Amino acid sequence: MAVTTENLPSGEQERPIGFGRLKRKEDARFIRGKGNYLDDIRLPGMLHAAILRSPYAHAKINSIDTSAALAHPNVAAVITAKDLETLGLAWMPTISYDTQAVLAGDKVRFQGQEVACVIATDEYSARDALALIEVDYDPLPAVVNARKALDPDAPLIRDDKQGQLDNLASPTWEAGDEEAADRVFAEADVVVEQDMIYPRCHPAPLETCGMIADFNPQTGQLDIYNGNQAPHAHRTVYAHVAGLAEHMIRIRCNDIGGGFGNKVPVYPGYVCAIAGSIVAGRPVKWIEDRSENLMSTGFARDYVMHGAICAKDGRITGLKVDVIADHGAFDSTAQPTKFPAGFFHICCGSYALEAAHVKVKAVYTNKAPGGVAYRCSFRITEAVYLVERMVGALAMEMGVDPIELRMRSFIAPEQFPYETTTGWTFDSGDYANTMRVAMEIAGYDELRREQAEKRARGELMGIGVAFFTEGVGAGPRKHMDILGLSMNDGADLRIHPSGKAVVSLSCQTQGQGHETTFAQIVAEELGIPPEDVEVRHGDTDKSPYGLGTYGSRSTPVSGGAVAIVSRKVRDKARLIAATMLETRPEDLAWEKGRWYVKGDPEQGVLIEQIAARAYSGEPLPEGYEGGLDAQVIYDPPNLTYPYGAYIAVVDIDPETAAVKVRRFIAVDDCGVRINPMIVDGQIHGGIAEGIGIALMEVITFDEEGNCLNGSFMDYLIPTALECPDFELGATVTPCPHHPLGAKGVGESPNVGTPPAIVAAVIDALHETHGVTHIDMPCTPARVWAAMQGRPEPPQ
Amino acid sequence: MQTPAPFEYERATSLAGAIAALKAAGAEARVIAGGHSLLPMMKLRLASPERLIDINDLESDLAYIREQQGEIRIGALTRHAELLDSELLAEHFPVFRDAEEVIADPVVRNRGTIGGSLCQADPGEDLSAVCAALKAHVVLQGPSGERIVAMREFQLGPYVTVVAPDEILTEVRIRTSPGAGSAYEKVERRAGDFAIGAAAAALEIEGGTIAAAGVALSALAPTTIEITRAEELLRGARPSEELFEQAGGIASEDCAPMADGRGPVDYKRHLAGVLTKRALRRAAARALQTEA
Repeated sequence: MAVTTENLPSGEQERPIGFGRLKRKEDARFIRGKGNYLDDIRLPGMLHAAILRSPYAHAKINSIDTSAALAHPNVAAVITAKDLETLGLAWMPTISYDTQAVLAGDKVRFQGQEVACVIATDEYSARDALALIEVDYDPLPAVVNARKALDPDAPLIRDDKQGQLDNLASPTWEAGDEEAADRVFAEADVVVEQDMIYPRCHPAPLETCGMIADFNPQTGQLDIYNGNQAPHAHRTVYAHVAGLAEHMIRIRCNDIGGGFGNKVPVYPGYVCAIAGSIVAGRPVKWIEDRSENLMSTGFARDYVMHGAICAKDGRITGLKVDVIADHGAFDSTAQPTKFPAGFFHICCGSYALEAAHVKVKAVYTNKAPGGVAYRCSFRITEAVYLVERMVGALAMEMGVDPIELRMRSFIAPEQFPYETTTGWTFDSGDYANTMRVAMEIAGYDELRREQAEKRARGELMGIGVAFFTEGVGAGPRKHMDILGLSMNDGADLRIHPSGKAVVSLSCQTQGQGHETTFAQIVAEELGIPPEDVEVRHGDTDKSPYGLGTYGSRSTPVSGGAVAIVSRKVRDKARLIAATMLETRPEDLAWEKGRWYVKGDPEQGVLIEQIAARAYSGEPLPEGYEGGLDAQVIYDPPNLTYPYGAYIAVVDIDPETAAVKVRRFIAVDDCGVRINPMIVDGQIHGGIAEGIGIALMEVITFDEEGNCLNGSFMDYLIPTALECPDFELGATVTPCPHHPLGAKGVGESPNVGTPPAIVAAVIDALHETHGVTHIDMPCTPARVWAAMQGRPEPPQ
Repeated sequence: MQTPAPFEYERATSLAGAIAALKAAGAEARVIAGGHSLLPMMKLRLASPERLIDINDLESDLAYIREQQGEIRIGALTRHAELLDSELLAEHFPVFRDAEEVIADPVVRNRGTIGGSLCQADPGEDLSAVCAALKAHVVLQGPSGERIVAMREFQLGPYVTVVAPDEILTEVRIRTSPGAGSAYEKVERRAGDFAIGAAAAALEIEGGTIAAAGVALSALAPTTIEITRAEELLRGARPSEELFEQAGGIASEDCAPMADGRGPVDYKRHLAGVLTKRALRRAAARALQTEA
């Protein structure tokens, strides 16, 4: 059971009017197995699509013979790049302004790339017919290692792009001040450098990606059923890609079995389903299998990093980072337009550095395209891992306790709002306090004593520390967009005559509990029970425009929108209340659920009485149109900056090198918590994912570019048995610019956990085995190699 | 969704009927029991049998754990969960419970069977090593009657056994003896994963001397591998930490692991030594009844 510093819910708090530990409204259907996922949806006359994929990482396509597949009695159509060319759908834009082949025509560029699509009457026949398609390939040498992608003799991957003469995917992008950083390094007392890799991993949602496309040739309407994280943005993309009118496209998101960034991009399979429905004139369902999900859809990370960090007078003063990003065969990395390395330049961390400099370049390789922001605000995960590993290495070099070095170097509370050397404005924080809370829960000094005793007995125990600051809730219109779309979100609130409310959102839950959290925001602002608020989302015809859910942006952006739209409704209610109470609006005061006359609290009207009046035949205020509703688009003034202190305790078997995470302490400060139970749940899930990334998850390739982790046999995700009882704590530093004082939290645990565990593994092995660094994943074999004095990066 | 290629399916109502159906269907038919190896392989289209003969209705004949004629006899349809729960098995051969506790997960253990595990002959499978260390025999029934095969002769290669296309493995037999102790040690990347390496050890100790010894490794060679040199070393010797260390050294040398996603050869050889030593240590402690 989780230990938390918060009070456990009292009977009263279980049904709060507003914020508090409310059980999730959506769980009633989920825990009974009554969710409605994509594969639960069956439309009359629906056909099924299956995709033929390349067995080669890099090969020229000489010919594709589909005649035998077409002869299969249950096959309706077989689509290849040639067919798509006639529809103008052979290539599609990625979310990073690159292009990606929907179906390969000229050559294949990664193993698992889409080559042909079969449409059949059932999913079994569609898969059977794949084996009947004959493709003649000429295999080409593959580029697998990002460090070698720019070698002069490296095979050219993107010969489809005019003027592309090498495998550079995006030129060097810089942040910070290089000269200033050089000066700080020159004056430093200690400098430490370290190479490290954040290996390629995968969000691996349990529900894989898929779509039902239903094009009606009579009306020209395209109905899409598709669990994705940004339905409105997807609709705009389809309008551009398919040349269809945006208002004739409707996307409905089913219940989503996890997204984690994997369901942000538009995938070739989606375009194939749409093309298939247009060609066949019937609904077409396409759902990828597990291997297709792992081998072809958006991976995460794959950052090859070199860091240098320095200290003067005992505190951290400077950081320099040089990164090669591996984007695979097509650059479909997820980030706002102006930030080709996402928010990586937040890698200056939680420390008051004198200078920092960051440069990132990206390369193409013959691997699946990405990288998506896996439970990560655009490369912040990589950034935090880099800086926390560097701080750990510096502390080790200086012989200082890793918490002590952080304490000396933190940005102080009085320095907020704090301008970082790489251009961020951190909004608020008291880092040292949060670190101290984590130390108290952990019993840090006692742990260090225990470690020393165990070491004397030949046992290996490690204590790892990570402290992170994230920038989440993208973002301000003046700073960021994706494909030219501002990263704002809408909310639409309607109060019915009975006082029940419907709030429509543009963000899209994938398990985050939006149906509860956003009902609680309306409940808090209007003083009505959360069960009287229905949260609508996931239907582009029935919700306002916005950019969706990823980058921990739902509460920072849509949460702000819902708070403001609720306040607008409250202000309208005040006008009606004044008429009802025969006074002036400015003579009324608000308490939860009720406007009353200042100085005469007995004289008041409830929000449901006001709602009834708003739709009645009774008089309304002069000029008031009637009804009780409002809508807004929220443009956040800044990101929100949640932070946290994490401590991991691991035991390592001295003989087998197996790592066991014995304790995990996470103290998060995400500002005001709307539903602390949901926040705890998010943190639990993210820590579990972080344990997986640190200990077992990795996608590797052999020299020919064959993916070695294409199933859950080979791509391991953690189970409850790898997870200790999480020990959670909280500090609350409200966000000064968010309407509710809230910050995002969903991604924090995935960001903070891996560096804490890796630090613990190194801490366990440093004194006895001289280990100063190990790359993830810390599998028994890789930890053993490090113990033998030859740590190796993953393949 | 992962979908298998087309196949035919029938449900056997008797053992003789199942054998007759296998004979009629020829080499491309497969028996299905728990299905936890076969069905995933079919869905990945790594296996495409033309006909499945389902023997799950034969539980009354083939699912049992009993003591008979100085042996423990285990019916082939006995599920992992039953092996895990069996007190009779735990009393005589605690190595089974050791292994079952780390085999896959409850869902798999509720369906998967001992017969299926042995016949799958996956080099990383656990019960094959357990049965090899215990010097078990298996009963194979075919159209012309039954034959009994020693575990040592059962596997012909990775995923290949002596079971003929028209034969069914029906029973596993293990001789009981006083002074027996056994144990299983496994290192895995994650709970429920196949082993990086695992060792099964079985000892019979009479008057302070090892009278019989079995050591078998899982996932550390192309097939389940018995470490016969270690068994020879152990036989007639008095149990000691040095002896087990030495036996582990032999296991390191005699295993034949391959590098894969679970680890390189040198680490696996190292594991063979460590796990053999640990399994022998626990087996001896149990034999000497110093451990429950």
